[in-house]
Amino acid sequence: MSLGIVMLVHEGLERAEQVARHWAASGCPVVIHVDSAVPRARHDAFVAALADLPDLRFAPRHRGEWGMWGLVGATQDAAEILLRDFADVRHVWLASGSCLPLRPVQELIDYLDARPDTDFIESARLSEMPWTIGGLDAERFTLHFPLSWRRHRRLFDRYVDLQRAMGVRRRLPDGIEPHLGSQWWCLTRRTLSAILDAPDRARVDRYFSRTWIPDESYFQTRARQFSRRLESRSLTLSKFDHQGRPHVFYDDHLQLLRRSDCFVARKIWPGAERLYAAFLTDQAGAMTRKNPDPGKIDRVFSRALDRRRHGRPGLLMQSRFPSEEHGQARACAAYSVFEGFADLFEDFGPWLARRTGMRVHGHLFAPERAEFADGATVAAGALSDSAALRDYNKRAFLTSLIWNARGERQAFQIGPRDAIADIEWDIARDPNAQVSVISGAWAVSLWRAGGDPASVRRTAARLQRAEAAHLDVLRSQWSAAQLRIRTLAQVLDAPTEELHAILDGVGTVAPQGIGEMPRMVDLTGFSGFLRRLGPEATPPCLAGALRPGARPQRGRGIAPGRIRPVSGA
Amino acid sequence: MRVVCRGFALRSVADRTALIRAGDVLLFSTLRDEHVRLPYFLEYYRALGVGHFLIVDNGSTDGGAEYLAQQPDVSLWRTKASYRQARFGVDWLNWLQGRYGHGHWTLVVDPDEFLVYPFCDTRPIRALTDWLDGCNTRSFGAMLLDMYPKGPLDAVPYRRGQDPLEIAHWFDPGGYTIDRNPRFGNLWIQGGPRARVYFADTPRRAPALNKTPLVRWHRRYAYDSSTHTLLPRGLNLTYDEWGGEKASGVLLHTKFLDTFPAKAEEELTRGQHYAGSAEYRAYAAHARGTPDFWCRWSERYMNWRQLEIIGLMSKGDWA
Repeated sequence: MSLGIVMLVHEGLERAEQVARHWAASGCPVVIHVDSAVPRARHDAFVAALADLPDLRFAPRHRGEWGMWGLVGATQDAAEILLRDFADVRHVWLASGSCLPLRPVQELIDYLDARPDTDFIESARLSEMPWTIGGLDAERFTLHFPLSWRRHRRLFDRYVDLQRAMGVRRRLPDGIEPHLGSQWWCLTRRTLSAILDAPDRARVDRYFSRTWIPDESYFQTRARQFSRRLESRSLTLSKFDHQGRPHVFYDDHLQLLRRSDCFVARKIWPGAERLYAAFLTDQAGAMTRKNPDPGKIDRVFSRALDRRRHGRPGLLMQSRFPSEEHGQARACAAYSVFEGFADLFEDFGPWLARRTGMRVHGHLFAPERAEFADGATVAAGALSDSAALRDYNKRAFLTSLIWNARGERQAFQIGPRDAIADIEWDIARDPNAQVSVISGAWAVSLWRAGGDPASVRRTAARLQRAEAAHLDVLRSQWSAAQLRIRTLAQVLDAPTEELHAILDGVGTVAPQGIGEMPRMVDLTGFSGFLRRLGPEATPPCLAGALRPGARPQRGRGIAPGRIRPVSGA
Repeated sequence: MRVVCRGFALRSVADRTALIRAGDVLLFSTLRDEHVRLPYFLEYYRALGVGHFLIVDNGSTDGGAEYLAQQPDVSLWRTKASYRQARFGVDWLNWLQGRYGHGHWTLVVDPDEFLVYPFCDTRPIRALTDWLDGCNTRSFGAMLLDMYPKGPLDAVPYRRGQDPLEIAHWFDPGGYTIDRNPRFGNLWIQGGPRARVYFADTPRRAPALNKTPLVRWHRRYAYDSSTHTLLPRGLNLTYDEWGGEKASGVLLHTKFLDTFPAKAEEELTRGQHYAGSAEYRAYAAHARGTPDFWCRWSERYMNWRQLEIIGLMSKGDWA
């Protein structure tokens, strides 16, 4: 009988009874503190149910409100009873009603027998603590906290603010250096008695009773003063989320807990039938000592925390809808936008798809419909090509496409005809967007379409304005996209380099000069078209740069010998 | 006041509310002529751990009311009043929730809606509501996910007691639009197969898919229109605005079975549904052909984890 248990209970009384019996069955005396918030009738029934256990006591009841002194007071009283009534107890284990022993109790007893002088209590100096709760760390010990945060939240905050404003700074009692740690510990009789019988206890208790969350600091601080050998860790597996609430274990954590290699875990959901059945009744198989993997629990919970705090960037859904400032418009993965390439190079889309493995769509924002790759009417995620549906919420359309196709990089084309007014800013500001532009290339398509010169001139003027406005957006100070903007004239000077550059940009390794290249549109007569367009409608990026008569030879195709042209070139 | 008056239109048929225990999760539903769906509906939610069913029968003639009245965990009310004038049943349920749901977690679903939440295959609904209580969270969002069969709706008849997901187990993994409703703070979600097939030219009129069906009820709370919008507004904030994810679920909507075309015709004649039954008019127009929602990007339903990975729901920080 070297191990005694102090058990703090405030809910799940049936489970607490089960666990108390489990401790008792292994010969551990138990002292239970039932929170005074538990109704009298339930308390009495609980006491009666455990009446048959000879080595079980009940401690005087306190109100154990979170963050307040009550839990410490309750622990002190219960520990005093335990030490007084059970002289053989050498280690005292502090547990809650929702703690569950994972390994046979005898293993725990053996473990402690081998370390008779060691106190197991997480206890770190304030400056060494990686975590804090509620933004109060050092102030826990220098301000007064007479109010319950749970019940009087606003008053609590006001009082803290007031004390800050007044410059209140409590003096620590002599010899006290605040330490913090998990409230679940296992202390030796020697250390615990020293804490309870300390001559300065009244003064220190008075001080701690007005600090914030003393159950995480009182014993942790005092044990440092009196312990001969202290291991700063808790033997109880207990994880907390970002708001300081304990994580809860359910039936589906059974394997995780089996492999945790921990003696005791908390907190267990009272309805977790399988866990209680597995760990309390089937002792032999409670913990399989094979391949313990205690880190796995950490990983599961830290992933959950990450999911809650950071979510999955680029996903818009019912419970993740970030504001504009928090990336509502941002896609989940890199994607490529090409402007003007399809005007200049025949079969540009299929070529790009072949060379890069990207899913290359046409003009996703064409006025008539979303031109999905291969002429599909539905794209990844069951996205419809209906222009009305797309235009109803273009941002949802684009982010949904990129999200649902994740794993396969998406590319699409944009031209001055397209309805991009309320999506171009999203693209420009998204660091995931890689935008390659050949400005002025739309003139090639316009030229090839032919038509009445007057209307062509009007169209040219309109498209040019549209392009200029769009380029302003892309080049604005808020732009975060990876941009590559070239004029048609620049590209005509070195078309191969341009194509290689975009292949490099996508990350495909295409050895220089090897591999098929798309055929360039035959530009014979294009300079004449530009001349006829007149200076007012000629794209500025073309005027001058594209000297009449200078291009036809180049325009016929890509320099033979350097690149193998597409068949039929 | 309005809610109280609506309550008087309800006549109690089977009142077993005395059996409700503290902490029970209560299910509220309004229905009409859904007898064929009821056995599986009750079975599904009993298995999740719902403690009591409080149901308003709006003039069923198919024997469903008699069936419900015999169930040991069902309390049944009956009304012949207008579904539309009771704001599509919301007034009736608000009244019942205020009277019996105060302090309980209440779940409001239709007989063709099946709640899926993180870990629902291993944790009963009480595990979820206990966790929400621990987080001081009063409401839990679950968007409507339209499920459909592959092929014409009437190809496979639905049998009483059958899991409708055996027939309608396809869904659209993406293509949903979200807008924040500035007035109530809730998200307005549209899209999915109904928008894709029926409302491709009029997306604004596509049905809303956002729902907040699970609420720790207080008698001051009220659903404003269906379960899309709650008052007070804070209850609608079931989403994170800083980039994180809150926990959420999905209501698998198994409306599209062989029973649907007949139902659409009937509801159209009754004209008791939202926006002049525009939705049903669109359905009826299409359903006379061979409605097929399936496309090559449709996803076949497996479990909640699949929905989580796709991004239609989230575990949040529940692990």
